[in-house]
Amino acid sequence: MVPIEHVTALSAALFTIGVIGVLVRRNLIVILMSVELMLNAVNLAFVGFNRVWAGTTEQPLLDGHVFVLMVITVAAAEVAVGLGIVIALVRNRDSVNIEDVSILRW
Amino acid sequence: MTVESVLFYAFAGLSLLSALAMVGFVRNVVAGAMSLVVTMISLAGIYVLLEAHLVAVIQIMVYAGAILVLFLFVIMLLNLRSDDFGPVRPWQGVLKVVGAAVALGIFVVLLGVLPDTLPEVAELPEGFGGFRVIGVSLFTDYVVPVEVAGFLLLAAIVGAVILAKRSID
Repeated sequence: MVPIEHVTALSAALFTIGVIGVLVRRNLIVILMSVELMLNAVNLAFVGFNRVWAGTTEQPLLDGHVFVLMVITVAAAEVAVGLGIVIALVRNRDSVNIEDVSILRW
Repeated sequence: MTVESVLFYAFAGLSLLSALAMVGFVRNVVAGAMSLVVTMISLAGIYVLLEAHLVAVIQIMVYAGAILVLFLFVIMLLNLRSDDFGPVRPWQGVLKVVGAAVALGIFVVLLGVLPDTLPEVAELPEGFGGFRVIGVSLFTDYVVPVEVAGFLLLAAIVGAVILAKRSID
């Protein structure tokens, strides 16, 4: 079995790549995909920790897996609404560049 | 090295590489989306190695099957070819370096926070990560969150339809 520290390190690395994508890229769709990547990194940490604290046969602990299912549900909802906003934005501004929607930015 | 660890490190490298490619493919958004599919599928492989079989199946069905298809569908619908946004401000490059540095700082903090040594489980409970155990858990301990998730999905469907409609009647 792989040490769980390596799983959590991989999770941290993937989360970092997601943060870089959100901070560095200017394409709204790529930013949404980077957010998905960060959610996946968190899911990986949940599954890894649940592998360590798995409980007993009488009382298995599956909270990590259930949390992952919830996160996936929220991610699906987020993508549906986010891409709806992207479509509305392209219809109004004809662009997916976040520099074009900076009115609320200081 | 056992087969398990070889597979784990192969999947881990593949997911890291494809995630970097997703962030790095500046010219082609579709290529970025396809790289994200590779990340999701390698993560599903890692979930199988961590005995999370149901989560691995859901990961492939929902992420690689539904969410990424939605992304590709929108990219195709909007006919986005490249990310080549016109003139950039002169200090844009500096800002990108600052952003990447902040993210790497977050990585260092994360690695510092993560525990160094974790207990190793000798044996797993019977049926761990399978449909039956998680299903029982979902419909007993977690029945309220499941219902709330259902409402969330309904709200998201309605919201997405309203947002993407051409005009609200």
